[in-house]
Amino acid sequence: MELLSLSAVELGAAIGTGKATAVEAMEAVLGRIAEAEEELHCYITIDKEKALERAQSAQRRIEAGELTGPLAGVPMAVKDNLCTEGMLTTCASRILGNFVPTYTAQAVQNLERAGAVIIGKTNMDEFAMGSTTETSAYGITRNPCGREHVPGGSSGGSAAAVAARECFFALGSDTGGSVRQPASHCGVVGMKPTYGTVSRFGLIAYGSSLDQVGPLCRTVEDCAVILEILAADSQDGLRSDSCTGNYVGSLAAGEKPQNQEIFGAESHSPDSGLNAGQGIRQKTGQKAGGQAARNDSTYLGRKDIDFTSALKKDVKGMRIGIPGDYFGQGLDGEVRRVVLAAAELLRKNGAVVEEFDLSLAEYAIPAYYTIAAAEASSNLERFDGIKYGYRAADAEELHQMYKKTRSQGFGPEVKRRIMLGSFVLSSGYYDAYYLKALRVKAMIKKAFDEAFARYDCILGPVAPATAPKLGESLDDPLKMYLGDIYTISVNLAGLPAISVPCGADKNGLPIGLQLIGDCFAEKKILQAAYTYEQLKKA
Amino acid sequence: MSKQYETVIGLEVHVELATRTKIFCGCSTAFGGKPNSHTCPVCTGMPGTLPVLNRKVLEHAVAVGLATNCRITRYCKFDRKNYFYPDNPQNYQISQLYLPVCRDGYVEIDLEEAGETEVQGAETETGRKGTKAGGKETKDERKGTNAGGEGTDARWGMDGEKAAPRRKKRIGIHEIHMEEDAGKLIHDDWEDCTLVDYNRSGVPLIEIVSEPDMRNAREVIAYLEKLRLIIRYLGASDCKLQEGSMRADVNLSVRRVGDTHLGTRTEMKNLNSFRAIARAIEGEKLRQIDLLEAGEAVVQETRRWDDLKGTSYAMRSKEDARDYRYFPDPDLVPVSIDDAFLEEIRARQPEFRTEKMARYRAEYDIPDYDIEIITGSKTMADLFEATVALGAQPKKASNWLMGETLRLLKERELDPEDIRFSPEHLAKLIELAEGKIINSTVAKEVFEHMFEEDVDPQEYVEEHGLKMVSDGDDLRKVVEEVIAANPKSAEDYKGGKERALGFLVGQTMKAMKGKADPAGVNRMLKELLR
Amino acid sequence: MANIISDETIEYVGILAKLSLSEEEREQAKKDMGRMLDYIDKLNELDTTGVEPMSHVFAVRNVFREDEVTGGDGREEVLRNAPEQKDDMFVVPSVMSH
Repeated sequence: MELLSLSAVELGAAIGTGKATAVEAMEAVLGRIAEAEEELHCYITIDKEKALERAQSAQRRIEAGELTGPLAGVPMAVKDNLCTEGMLTTCASRILGNFVPTYTAQAVQNLERAGAVIIGKTNMDEFAMGSTTETSAYGITRNPCGREHVPGGSSGGSAAAVAARECFFALGSDTGGSVRQPASHCGVVGMKPTYGTVSRFGLIAYGSSLDQVGPLCRTVEDCAVILEILAADSQDGLRSDSCTGNYVGSLAAGEKPQNQEIFGAESHSPDSGLNAGQGIRQKTGQKAGGQAARNDSTYLGRKDIDFTSALKKDVKGMRIGIPGDYFGQGLDGEVRRVVLAAAELLRKNGAVVEEFDLSLAEYAIPAYYTIAAAEASSNLERFDGIKYGYRAADAEELHQMYKKTRSQGFGPEVKRRIMLGSFVLSSGYYDAYYLKALRVKAMIKKAFDEAFARYDCILGPVAPATAPKLGESLDDPLKMYLGDIYTISVNLAGLPAISVPCGADKNGLPIGLQLIGDCFAEKKILQAAYTYEQLKKA
Repeated sequence: MSKQYETVIGLEVHVELATRTKIFCGCSTAFGGKPNSHTCPVCTGMPGTLPVLNRKVLEHAVAVGLATNCRITRYCKFDRKNYFYPDNPQNYQISQLYLPVCRDGYVEIDLEEAGETEVQGAETETGRKGTKAGGKETKDERKGTNAGGEGTDARWGMDGEKAAPRRKKRIGIHEIHMEEDAGKLIHDDWEDCTLVDYNRSGVPLIEIVSEPDMRNAREVIAYLEKLRLIIRYLGASDCKLQEGSMRADVNLSVRRVGDTHLGTRTEMKNLNSFRAIARAIEGEKLRQIDLLEAGEAVVQETRRWDDLKGTSYAMRSKEDARDYRYFPDPDLVPVSIDDAFLEEIRARQPEFRTEKMARYRAEYDIPDYDIEIITGSKTMADLFEATVALGAQPKKASNWLMGETLRLLKERELDPEDIRFSPEHLAKLIELAEGKIINSTVAKEVFEHMFEEDVDPQEYVEEHGLKMVSDGDDLRKVVEEVIAANPKSAEDYKGGKERALGFLVGQTMKAMKGKADPAGVNRMLKELLR
Repeated sequence: MANIISDETIEYVGILAKLSLSEEEREQAKKDMGRMLDYIDKLNELDTTGVEPMSHVFAVRNVFREDEVTGGDGREEVLRNAPEQKDDMFVVPSVMSH
């Protein structure tokens, strides 16, 4: 069997039925890595021996009947901003060049518990700040679909590893498009779930209010399966961090009504008349999102995570909105043509496709960079040379130590954003910049709310153009930021969105189709994406 | 010269809350332990870790707010205060700037009427606080909701009538907010470096910010004592200044009497006793007046008080910009407080001192002075009530507290909160003494051991054979021996010399090693000498 | 460029953010920040009067832990990555030096 040609779910099935083993799968992947990695450089860290040991251990548990899930024994790659106990986690930064966490990110724990096996840690833009993976302190990653091109970013290593079959699927993180855009550039599927769907515990923060972990994989089916596992509440998930406790949460009364099944009827439903204060009085026994102890206050513990139930080839009557402002100036002609052709295919198969004016798209970028930079400037303060990571050697005085450590430890793009973020929060500028951006964010959210009153999904491109050539982006940061125009508002509004391959340009560089859903409406976009994928295959 | 000036003082009081775990993680708040032994990835700022609020912290904060007549913020949030310092592992402190949990409260302090005139009524002035960056304040999103009229039903406090002429003064509370404590820095002289211990990092604090309503050290100390009493009554903290579970920063400015605007203030830190606070206030007042008299300006700055030297010095650094870049912490969700929650906290509020004093007067036949002392400490009041509940006569229980307990506390320079013996043991001791099982000298001796180690008095008396021998053959035998050994005294008594009996009683007590009841010895002697 | 970033501003932000920039980096930072702020100024085209700043997209409230100790002695794990340690504590340059 040619294992490398299988999707993650197909491989999982083969392993589950004894047609293949976890060890064979890992050996196949490591073989592929041996061939391709030198040129592509998808990974920052691979420990072949440990990866094989983990695969052997998984195989034993599969044979013992302890591991039975759809991803049991499937090798995965993990973006290097997700902490892995005992395994170097650098964020592609010099400042974490020697950091070995003593705990594992919740997202990774969930997948490991489901039997997926870590191969290694993938390359990325430093602290996820960038769109090309060129800001990594550990070298560039090449796009497997065009070696002189970037793989996109910031999860470029993960996307390239999936495209190059150096793994069966990978985890990324998406703050402004960092899963969807590299997925688009590398011709794979990538998804950012609704904010709060996946615990951020162990994800090294860039913009806390925007960050979400998401999968990069070969098929929409893989995507739904992985997402179900990522979103699951896990009671014993907090082994290595000692600081968890029980959780009681509630959605305030009078907020936009959500489906009861999102949080479970007993404590989150607005219909039950519970409001926030009652939430305070709830005893530990009445758990809001299931059983879990919490390590992330913004994790929602959703109940409606049976994403695979949406894998239906059917878009009849589905209302799809095409925002006119996503197809205007700045969009490459080929990308435009390919994305609109995808819309047409869905229309032919029964979807109701309609153009509309989303508005505000051009304000998303300045609002995003203000908020993300502000949060990043604070989130990255902890990298100070005291507790972990790089420390400048020759500093005699405390503040000199801070400055040398950080100036030597961070790369130019990270420093640029820290400076900007510190400035917009500083005395006298907070209202004019930061609060203004938060107000614009509220307006953008409202514009989406209005759009989703009319449409099931919004369809558009992921990026204005296919992957740029290596070395062409970093000279002009502002131009690079403009490349995020179609992905960024999704993060500001906390929405789910998926990138599905929909064609290629004349150079063979992949083009992605973006489907954006309302909050908690992952199933709608998964269904549309699945239908499109199946139609295109036919 | 200084009579032309008036001192204006506001306080920022930090109180460590009595929770089992830290504010945002499950690490223990216990004192002691090896450095960094009460830590985890969250409270040491490891990458990717996130805070989750300890519910108990909110309960304590709201309870203190209600007890100090505050308006409870129905929708409150946490903000990040960004500054680099090694005691702060994230290099930001999670605190509350924009929507603190409690606002606009007050406590009343009792002051002895003094001869000097003091200007009052600073409450209406504007611009009185402004310590926070830029005074940015978003409006309370739930403005207009009524916190439930706690101003009318929560007037507890030590306002009982007292003998000396007193006057009450209301000290405004600007706000109370929740925040996390920092770690400890230890200077290593040997290697000229600083060592960091994060055991205290993340211990929950409330910061109580007063209005600038105080005018001298007496008022400041009365205010602190009042806060401490209320918080101890609530069980929200043990409020020990020396151990740092209560800390006060003093904001002080001076102005000419009659001026309506406030002068430039300084903030003084590192004040860990009432004495240090009083000295620092006096020192800073004089320093500022000297500056003004010399035509110089007071610089707004933070100063560190050195109590040994009796001076303060500025904590200034080019690297210390004091621009904290506060913004709402995206890692924590807002807290929304409803009537039911407030009711629950209110229902759990203890009987405060004024009510307690009134009840004691009605229920127990003990002097007002005793009542005042006993209720001045929650620990003592609890001990008293529990002892009485176990059957001890109130007056007897009170006597032990007012007498021996206070004496030993004073002798050992302890606080009533340090009392370690249990009400069960005190009740038992009273029973032993009242039942003439031991005499009063022995009782005091036993009490001292109880005070030190909380020994069981019954067991102690039995182990050490301290029971009184007032009757029976044992006593008869000893008395007979004493009479035989002192025939002259026996004859004297028989001859009418009453004083001789006293000598014989003393000799018998001595022979009994103090375990006899003197009245019983007396009886036995009279019987045998008849 | 509407926003002119001065040397003082860069110096000040450097103090806040604990970054020291070389001469070249400083010039670049002035240019970059000025351009970004010009771009961010675009937000002023929008009238946001009456719009509440939105920090959280969802109105989730009241997420708590119970007050139960869940951690043991974390010393070893916490100190494992320390660049310099002594007596179970992190070592930093003296804070008393000024």
